[in-house]
Amino acid sequence: MNEQPKQYKWVGTRAIRPDGVDKVTGRAMYGADLALPGMVEGKVVRSPHAHARIISIDTSKAEALKGVTAVITAADMPVADSKPVASGEAMINFKDLANNVLAREKALYEGQAVAAVAATTAAIAEKAAALVVVNYEVLPHVIDVMEAIKEDAPVLHDDMFTGGVKPKPEKASNVANRVEFALGDAEAGFAAADLVIERKFTTEPVHQGYIEPHAVVADMNPDGKVDVFCSSQGHFMVRAFCSQLLHIEMSKIKVTAAEIGGGFGGKTTVYLEPLAIMLSRKSGRPVRMTMSREEVFRGSGATSGAAMTIKMGATKDGKITGAYAELYLQAGAFPGSPVGPAAMTAFAPYDLDNVKVVGFDVVSNRQKVVAYRAPGAPISEYGVESVVDELASELGIDPIEIRTINAAKEGTQAAYGVKFGTIGFQETLDAAKATEHFKTPLGPNQGRGVASGFWFNIGGESCAGIRVNEDGSISLTEGSPDIGGSRASMALMAAETLGVDYHSIKPSVVDTDAIGYHFVTGGSRVTFATGMAVVEASKAAIDELRARAAKVWDVDVDGVVWEDGHAKPASTNVGDFEPMSLAEIAKVANKTGGPISGHADINAKGAGPAFGTHICDVEVDPDTGHVTVLRYTAVQDAGRAIHPAYVEGQIQGGAVQGIGWALNEEYIYDKNGRLENAGFLDYRVPVASDLPMIDAIIVEVPNPTHPFGVRGVGEVPIIPPLAAVSNAVAAATGVRFNQLPLSPPTILAGIAASK
Amino acid sequence: MRYEAPGSVDEAVKLLADANGAARVLAGGTDLLVQLRAGMISPEVVINIKDISETKGITADGGGFCIGATVSGAEMGEHAALVAAWPGVVEGVELIGSTQIQGRATMVGNLCNASPAADGVPALIAAGATCTVAGPNGQREVPVADIPTGPGKNSLANGEFIVNVKLPARPGNASDAYLRMIPRTEMDIAIVGAGVNLVLDDSGTCTEASVILGAVGPKTITVDAAAAALVGTKVDEAALAACAAAASAAATPIDDKRGTVVYRTKVSGVLASRAAAIAAERARS
Repeated sequence: MNEQPKQYKWVGTRAIRPDGVDKVTGRAMYGADLALPGMVEGKVVRSPHAHARIISIDTSKAEALKGVTAVITAADMPVADSKPVASGEAMINFKDLANNVLAREKALYEGQAVAAVAATTAAIAEKAAALVVVNYEVLPHVIDVMEAIKEDAPVLHDDMFTGGVKPKPEKASNVANRVEFALGDAEAGFAAADLVIERKFTTEPVHQGYIEPHAVVADMNPDGKVDVFCSSQGHFMVRAFCSQLLHIEMSKIKVTAAEIGGGFGGKTTVYLEPLAIMLSRKSGRPVRMTMSREEVFRGSGATSGAAMTIKMGATKDGKITGAYAELYLQAGAFPGSPVGPAAMTAFAPYDLDNVKVVGFDVVSNRQKVVAYRAPGAPISEYGVESVVDELASELGIDPIEIRTINAAKEGTQAAYGVKFGTIGFQETLDAAKATEHFKTPLGPNQGRGVASGFWFNIGGESCAGIRVNEDGSISLTEGSPDIGGSRASMALMAAETLGVDYHSIKPSVVDTDAIGYHFVTGGSRVTFATGMAVVEASKAAIDELRARAAKVWDVDVDGVVWEDGHAKPASTNVGDFEPMSLAEIAKVANKTGGPISGHADINAKGAGPAFGTHICDVEVDPDTGHVTVLRYTAVQDAGRAIHPAYVEGQIQGGAVQGIGWALNEEYIYDKNGRLENAGFLDYRVPVASDLPMIDAIIVEVPNPTHPFGVRGVGEVPIIPPLAAVSNAVAAATGVRFNQLPLSPPTILAGIAASK
Repeated sequence: MRYEAPGSVDEAVKLLADANGAARVLAGGTDLLVQLRAGMISPEVVINIKDISETKGITADGGGFCIGATVSGAEMGEHAALVAAWPGVVEGVELIGSTQIQGRATMVGNLCNASPAADGVPALIAAGATCTVAGPNGQREVPVADIPTGPGKNSLANGEFIVNVKLPARPGNASDAYLRMIPRTEMDIAIVGAGVNLVLDDSGTCTEASVILGAVGPKTITVDAAAAALVGTKVDEAALAACAAAASAAATPIDDKRGTVVYRTKVSGVLASRAAAIAAERARS
């Protein structure tokens, strides 16, 4: 792909998003905004204990309360088998999912749902929830990952034996699984090194912090048909999970995607949806359920906290000769931490001969983790990028230079299996080095940190429909919930392909009855995969438009080409015809065969891996430990930025979330395993005044498998900040903390200890 | 729940007294409404005092100021003369919440809510402010320092509410400052707060000082030793260091989700000395 980028008319422009006006005027319908006639309000009863056996649940008092229409417990739900079932690209254990949605035998974390009620008003539902009497036998609990793997730790699941280990362990434990990736011989690599650095790191679990809490309206008809309206990252996922959990045929469930106020991976599973359906079935009414912010923190997923060891060796001239990582990731109450991707991505930015990564998936009495932007990668790459920084500083090599010396490039064999195709890591390093930021001198108590990050990006199932309307306007349908401006991007790609005005295209995310299966909005896949479907659907529509023009001109379709939104004769041999615009062809569609459309139903392959390199300047107050982020630049290879403003938005948002992870975000538990900071007051995401404007720099090394070169951008930007911030703090203070978050008390204690 | 909006002090006192402890006063409502929504309180009567003329406005009062109980943080921040005379008092109040909250939240509400971490209180106590308390037995003047008695508890008797706060007149070479420590830059609760009020003589020597710590005890702590460290000095480095040491020694914090004992103790001294330096600089200029 050395050719010059093509000149595009629409792709690469900063067009106004079609969903913008509704959002800024408050008209957009989010999960909690739908009200149906006769609708009742649902409320969840949650476990007050971190670990407890459920002896009995008495719902009689709640049921007797005037206005209560239904009360449900796990007894109302089918019992699921404990085996992984393919659901899109994900393997889901529906027994675990069922227990997470509604606890059956044990409550495994404080805040886990144990029952739910529906009543004519929210106040009555609240009262009824308090009247559900649950008799618990409180059990010893464990929160921390390293505590959970101890021999004498309370065991959450007595039928769980560590997978990936031979022979199968004789004793149940909290270690669900062991993974390993290796390339070459790590020990030989260390033997060849002039300098070997081994460090232990810890990171805390963090919540995705989406602004819109989970919300759903479900309505089950007497004949068993179900309508669901909810905020999620995949309405097909909601349909599949509810179908599997409740034993309802997929064809009977229609899910409509509400506008979504953020997900970041946290809305790739179900919490309230199956409960709302069950409550609707029992009460015969539509049911609305919404979580409070407190419930979001107590009852919905975070990503893992971790403990890890990273060991890397390098020669004097900065060539990394060996690398080893040992990762322990918290899964929460049920197996399934992102330890796999954490292990795979750990050393992926580098071209290494000798690598070994071992990872452990560990359960403890916390919320079941769910995806969070590049699941696992920010954790393992934080450790690796910290050690790379320390290697550079010990060897007296510039931090960008040491990355350049070792950067993965086309043809590099990654330890996790693939051989990279066209990638743009080096280009991000070059762009970072060229910034004025990187050259600007620093003052006292200030420090600069550099870190890079890698993420796979994925493809997967997507569909698209292009309908040419009678007036020549275009209705574009697809099924990927729009979180980051994807409707605008879809319309831009359709406009570019069809050669029509962006504003003549109305993109819609349609319900599960109206289009084929889509994998979730996640994995940075939508602009790549759904975009590919949109381009293919547009091309199918163009073929039909050419055929219609051929019919009008009475020539062979091969004699008609499509250029700049018009059908034209391929050559003068075909005949002398005035080009026909899309609108002109649409106008006479009824005479040439009826309505014109194009469709594509694909499983997109060839997602392009992406890299980012971030530069962070901080100032640390040596007397209070307070960190101020002075300046932040984030460089990323987007492949092709279809809509640069939304690419920059993704880069800035990801960087901010990563900075929050690095500085202040953490869950605080009391001695009973109860969360003490279930709200944004004490769970400290950065606020606007905390940060400078994040300078986003887009690098474009096109992905050859996508028609416009798209790689996907949503996840990479959350990976580098953890190490970029902590490397900057190390530079400012002279102290390496090797633990997150870098909250003021931690920093002050570290400075005091170093003196 | 009943809602009342009396038009006079007497009417409000009667409603409060009749409710016999089951009433809550509504001024800005930024604590009250949150507590109601969270189910922390369920009063029988909510009494809005914003229709009472004596609770409104900021008036110059014999060189000092009288600030009504329903005056918002934003109103205080926009009052140039008040800001010039008592910058520390105003900056403490202005740290409460966001811009939107500032349009509602009141200093008197912050005082009565009696949070040990209240940002509006340390500088107010350092200023030697008093307040007018109305009750069934008429009105009385009370030092604001006597209002909070412990976390969430105040000294107001049944039927009483605060009508206004009075800041005294002061000489030219005087000023104050308030600093707080939060991990973020706003929208947070103080881990440590420090208010300092100073008077300098013409030579720049400190003649009077008051140092008040917040968030490091069940109520604010008046650190006389820290004030003594400043009096008689030019508020130089040695005096500031002694002030810091005295403040750290006086702090009685707890470990909680917002901070540790070690951290709060150290930072109490850091903020007290920094606030003293700012107040001195303001007094000199």
